[in-house]
Amino acid sequence: MPRIDAGPPHYKEMLPPIILENYGKWRYHVIPRPGVLKHVAENGAELYSVRAGSPRLVSIDFIRDMCALADEYCDGFLRFTSRNNIEFLVSDAGKVEPLISALEAKGIPVGGTGNSLSNIVHTQGWVHCHTPATDASGIVKAVMDDLHEYFTDMKLPAKLKVAMACCLNMCGAAHCSDIAMVGVHRTPPRVNDEKVQKGTEIPSLVASCPTGAIRPNPKTKSVVVNEEKCMYCGNCYTMSPGMEIADPKNDGVAILIGGKTSNARTAPSFSRMVIPFLPNNPPRWPEVTEAVRHIVEVYASNARQGERLGEWVERIGWEKFFILTGIEFTDKHIDDYIFSRETFRTSAAFKF
Amino acid sequence: MSEKKTPQLDELEKGQWPSFVTEIRKAAAKNPAAEDLLGLLERSYEEKKGHWKHGGIVGVKGYGGGVIGRYTDLPEEYPNLAEFHTIRLNQPSGWFYTTKSLRTICDIWEKYGSGLTNLHGSTGDIILLGTTTENIQPAFDEFSDAGFDLGGSGSDLRTPSCCVGPARCEHACYDTLDACHNITNEFQDELHRPMWPYKFKIKFSGCANDCTASIARSDCSIIGTWRDTLRIDQDAVKAYVQEGLDIQGAVCDKCPTRALKFDYKKNELNVIAEECTRCMHCINVMPKAIRPGQEKGATILLGGKSTIVQSAFMAWVIVPFMKMEDDYEELKDLLRRIWEWWDENGKTRERIGETIYRLGMGKFLREVGLPPVPQMVFRPRANPYVFWQQDEINK
Repeated sequence: MPRIDAGPPHYKEMLPPIILENYGKWRYHVIPRPGVLKHVAENGAELYSVRAGSPRLVSIDFIRDMCALADEYCDGFLRFTSRNNIEFLVSDAGKVEPLISALEAKGIPVGGTGNSLSNIVHTQGWVHCHTPATDASGIVKAVMDDLHEYFTDMKLPAKLKVAMACCLNMCGAAHCSDIAMVGVHRTPPRVNDEKVQKGTEIPSLVASCPTGAIRPNPKTKSVVVNEEKCMYCGNCYTMSPGMEIADPKNDGVAILIGGKTSNARTAPSFSRMVIPFLPNNPPRWPEVTEAVRHIVEVYASNARQGERLGEWVERIGWEKFFILTGIEFTDKHIDDYIFSRETFRTSAAFKF
Repeated sequence: MSEKKTPQLDELEKGQWPSFVTEIRKAAAKNPAAEDLLGLLERSYEEKKGHWKHGGIVGVKGYGGGVIGRYTDLPEEYPNLAEFHTIRLNQPSGWFYTTKSLRTICDIWEKYGSGLTNLHGSTGDIILLGTTTENIQPAFDEFSDAGFDLGGSGSDLRTPSCCVGPARCEHACYDTLDACHNITNEFQDELHRPMWPYKFKIKFSGCANDCTASIARSDCSIIGTWRDTLRIDQDAVKAYVQEGLDIQGAVCDKCPTRALKFDYKKNELNVIAEECTRCMHCINVMPKAIRPGQEKGATILLGGKSTIVQSAFMAWVIVPFMKMEDDYEELKDLLRRIWEWWDENGKTRERIGETIYRLGMGKFLREVGLPPVPQMVFRPRANPYVFWQQDEINK
């Protein structure tokens, strides 16, 4: 009989001796080279963490390979980060460089520390979800290949967190990242009355629409969509299989920038839309990778040292951001949802 | 299926970043479902649309959540994906593992699943990607014997997660790993048996750097802080000056409240304790010289969520300072009061942040028993449309 309500394994069983001995007694840390953190405890003990990139979607063979490295170089201990990188916990300084060589020999990049582009927090996409407007793993691979140098080096003005979400549910961190790629639709759902009748709570379906575009239709025991009010969020499809919205010709990717969650210097902030639509162009999504690289490069060459992307844009002004990047500003950028007025410029101070 | 070509996916095996396609291919060598997944994904890349049917309700005996059902809409062409469900396993605090524990997971998953995983899902769980309905219960039984339990899904308490905390960070203001483990175990029933209006997430960050992004990604965000003053080591400050750090420019001028004063003559850095908002910037730049204060605890924020339905919300302050001690009784008591109120007042699929937004902070605070304090707002209201309670007016 399985035990139920037993909860996760106890974390203390998973900690290497050096961490158990110095738990809560760390004094400071430094970054001796990209991808390596050195933590020094109050008693002088030193722990090296070697951070390696991972595609997140991994096979058990990959996990076993990483375990073999952790056995050889870290006495069988490793961890994963909140951005899905792998960290090897090395208590013997002499093993750091050999471990890095072993990782690189396997094609696993070491990096993601300090002022770098770390891993891209992302979602399921066409691999496993039923509501995506784009794929997640493919775009992430394309962008990380293109921006690889920023992962393995620390040459950006500040850390750069990039996130990817395959629909407006925005699972993960797309709403609060320096750069976010989000799958979007551009056409309304197609109501399938039969499917709505069979498998849907109609009041919940009506309530799921942010703009009130869905009304019950007593005649068909289904619903009707006021297409002028629909902005294609797809939440109705989440509620009902009878509201299919995927549209290969019109689905694509929006780019948002300037979000952060840390409280350092400035308050946490949301990412904001700068490109409303780019086409889905698998397998490499060239329009998306090019747009992201362009934003990273303009940021890297204009921001002051220590400035997160959103802090830089807020300092220079959003109008200046559009001038510097050459990104076209359209009516799509101007908020028209419930909290929109706060985003208008109620001041005469702006740049030409 | 092995003769099927995957030209688009092949392209994604090139390049320097580790390839998820290579990973699926490795699993496909041993597992027919993973092999079908390559074919299905290639087809999605050709057609630019997903091929998973809507929804799916599957699970294990005794629980209402933890497994995400998934079925392809092309079962005749990809029979091994006719059922391809995800199992969420609750990760250990801080995502620390022994290789032995990870190998155990791999062995069980090799037996019952596709051999594909996500390390990790965004909420924190170990994601086991793809198994049949029939295999869910025996897989769970073996995971359970090996010491792993399911994580959350549906309208329940989702799997809590935490930053690396005191295990490996000098900034940690409370024991995030212990708090996460303790709260996860205390509320196993709420996690495994959905009974709420909607999902509820908790994330534990040891300081305001918020390395779990709790303020944006959890309904209840628990962020470590301190109530006294920064500890500054003047010898270490002088060492930073020696190394050439521009303390005035890189630290003092970026302090959001200008609470730091640098004395050029003495090479001394001082803080006006009551002006500091504990943003972490100076500590981040000078970790050898500046440390958090000694009277430590956490700020509790509520309401964080993503876009659907009423826009994304960042969590906002509901308790400026709470000690994280005594088995977290104060936090547990607060969570129980919040859930009782939300369960009573929340509409179907309404996150707690939206319920409070709809009904008002005044009502929420009165009914949950929290005192209103100025730390809860950036600024007071500008409109005069104030609700008064009956017992507050002259009769």
